[in-house]
Amino acid sequence: MKDKGKIIVGLVIFVAVFTFPFWYNHGAATQAPEPELTEKAKKADKCVEETAYMRKEHMQILDEWRDTVVRDGKRLYVNASGKEYMASLSNTCIDCHSNKEKFCDKCHDYASVDPYCWDCHTYPEEKE
Amino acid sequence: MDDTRRSFLKFAGISALGLGGISTLTSLMPGPATATKGASAPLYKDTNKALTAKRWGMVIDTRKLTPSLCEKMIDACHKAHNVPNHDNERHTIKWLWEDDFEHVFPMKHDEYLADRLDNLPILALCNQCNNPPCVQVCPTKATFQREDGIVMMDFHRCIGCRFCMAACPYGSRSFNFRDPRPAIEKENPDFPTRMKGVVEKCNFCAERLAEGKMPACVEVSEGALVFGDLEDPSSEIRKVLRENYAIRRKQNLGTNPSVYYII
Repeated sequence: MKDKGKIIVGLVIFVAVFTFPFWYNHGAATQAPEPELTEKAKKADKCVEETAYMRKEHMQILDEWRDTVVRDGKRLYVNASGKEYMASLSNTCIDCHSNKEKFCDKCHDYASVDPYCWDCHTYPEEKE
Repeated sequence: MDDTRRSFLKFAGISALGLGGISTLTSLMPGPATATKGASAPLYKDTNKALTAKRWGMVIDTRKLTPSLCEKMIDACHKAHNVPNHDNERHTIKWLWEDDFEHVFPMKHDEYLADRLDNLPILALCNQCNNPPCVQVCPTKATFQREDGIVMMDFHRCIGCRFCMAACPYGSRSFNFRDPRPAIEKENPDFPTRMKGVVEKCNFCAERLAEGKMPACVEVSEGALVFGDLEDPSSEIRKVLRENYAIRRKQNLGTNPSVYYII
């Protein structure tokens, strides 16, 4: 073990470089975003399903909606408690959540997901 | 170290078992309550006021067509569906359009055709064929035929391969070579626009039928278009077809179009 010193120095440098991202970003984590609700959404109290479910599974619902509406032609969604909604992103969802930047984009930007809904569907800013 | 290969294999085998066992056990344990939709599964329904038919069809009465009426119908259709109006003719998107008799009915353009037909703009649109070649060639099933005969496009699934455009003998399909949005004068928020790279065509106003409304062109047609169920003998469209001689476009190709023209 003639090169003990060199090896240890090398190891220290390696560990330091390897863990650099961790200690560099330590404590700098941004707060998880809080999407803002519009007055209308607050008043409605509940979305088409429970809030916890919507938070986690809204993309599944939207996916299901688009298939059933476009391919099966069934446009009415009846939720677990029997209430009916038109299954439409542009008309039903955005009717309440008309603040895309403060609602949709907040989490999507944070999680770095880029849904392509808005390539075709109209969001409120464009309703003018 | 007097480890033999034998003891090493034994050890490795038991470790693997242990690892597998742990994941089996954890999956059997009651996990944290997952968010659920609620007690009963959600349902999907037709809207109550939806117009339904076994096979939707249309009759175009060319005797009633005038250039201004055609323009009105085209305008109503294109506004309702956010059809862009590109400056470059090669980028044109059309759902409903007018053309000369000889182009709409190439096999029927006789040497001495009635003057009226030679000068008349004929309205053309997707024929909503009962045996649609576009559906057969679509590799992603983005174009499909509904049970009521409407040949629909699922824009979500279109990959823009344009096989359907090659297959359609009527030129009813248009491709978005550019982003359509800047070329839409006033966006109708009730209907989505398309994006660059997808094909589009007339959908017999499936979205309006679901709301109990007649197609946009029929609504403003002043009686020049009759829309209804081709398989219902008592429907108005069948009555019109019984009483008038009507032809279809390139019917010898076997596509069985659902759009008739009274000449």
